[in-house]
Amino acid sequence: MCTTCGCAKGAGTVMTDPETGERIEMPAKGESGAAREPGSWRKLAAGPGVGSVAAHLHARAHQHGHAHAHAHGGHEHVHHHDMDVPEADATLAEHHPHTEHAPTTEAAISAATHGTTIALEQDVLAKNQSIAERNRGWLASRRITALNLVSSPGAGKTTLLERTIRDLHDLHDTQPIQVIEGDQATLNDAERIRATGCRVVQINTGTGCHLDAGMVSRALEQLDPPPHSWLMIENVGNLVCPALFDLGEQAKVVILSVTEGEDKPLKYPHMFRASRLMLLNKIDLLPHLRFDVERCIAYARQVNPAIEVLQVSAETGAGMEAWYAWLQATALAEVGETVR
Amino acid sequence: MHELSIANSVVELCAERAMGARVLSVTLEIGRLSAVMPEAIRFCFDVCAKDTVVEGAALEIVETPGRARCLDCGGGVAMTDLLDRCECGSVNLELLAGSELKIKQMEVV
Repeated sequence: MCTTCGCAKGAGTVMTDPETGERIEMPAKGESGAAREPGSWRKLAAGPGVGSVAAHLHARAHQHGHAHAHAHGGHEHVHHHDMDVPEADATLAEHHPHTEHAPTTEAAISAATHGTTIALEQDVLAKNQSIAERNRGWLASRRITALNLVSSPGAGKTTLLERTIRDLHDLHDTQPIQVIEGDQATLNDAERIRATGCRVVQINTGTGCHLDAGMVSRALEQLDPPPHSWLMIENVGNLVCPALFDLGEQAKVVILSVTEGEDKPLKYPHMFRASRLMLLNKIDLLPHLRFDVERCIAYARQVNPAIEVLQVSAETGAGMEAWYAWLQATALAEVGETVR
Repeated sequence: MHELSIANSVVELCAERAMGARVLSVTLEIGRLSAVMPEAIRFCFDVCAKDTVVEGAALEIVETPGRARCLDCGGGVAMTDLLDRCECGSVNLELLAGSELKIKQMEVV
């Protein structure tokens, strides 16, 4: 099963470096991004060294090789053996002959059904968070300012990046930009970014709906961005899921185009709450639309009173100077923070 | 649907901590403001648990209410969603509770 999205098969995450044509599959990775060791937890269910009474019951059942009801996980159910992993069964049978371990008393069965409680108090996203913090530390040590660009599909993230890269390049005095592109499929966006002369790595999440810190960590290895640069991470177009996954960025920038509803901040409050800046894009189209800019900004401030707002058109270049000034200020603030 | 990857993380974390023992039940704490739907987690949990030591485990979900402090008047605010305001009309709120996404405990044999 694909562990990013849980789909049945084959649609795992793939990273492509368009410069080298290198295509790296990211199979068998958990949400954490940590590779699973061979014979890791997915096999433990029936693997050797399983110490519980229930497991022995399980083993005995497998050795008998027929389907029947048995005590298992605190409830009775019928187990179909043909669905189990044959090698694991064989190993178990070898290691645990049922004459030694098969429980014969009701007490043993009772022990199997009344478990030990383990207090965990563990944050589910802690693993993603710890990888994100590692990314953040690595980026800070290189004085790289990383931004996580989020929006719904079609809000103009890639167009905004293309223009930003070209404009800043023309200004000469700025630090280089490198890009991590996130999409479910295709290299289209990476090709567009590459056409600007910018170094880019594409992550295709398959059916996954967001980037996670582990994917970014591996993309950073491939990209190896130079010190004193900007890293733009273009997340999968989605206003829901990316809000929950810290990638190690300094800030999330949410892009909302005026062709969408002005109440998007109310409909997707988590994303607007998590973002430091809202870029209101495609303002050149405002004369043709019924879009109340002031109301949209008021909605954004309702869910996030601290959110900064800039109005831009990545197509015509209107308002882009303010965005570049914001970038410079963010980079400077980052250096200040590191020094302090 | 991020709930699927979250459910997968839950299964992964529990399986790691179970050290090979079979997991009978898992208790999750999900805040009402966490952007995670308990029903979606339930739906995904069984799928993710298949072929692991967590397979067949009962899933208990404790939903915690949202609570905030108003940064303008200092009052407490009960939050049912992120759009709630303080009685004084302010939206300048500091979230104190409701964004939890935690595995509280599990039962193993």
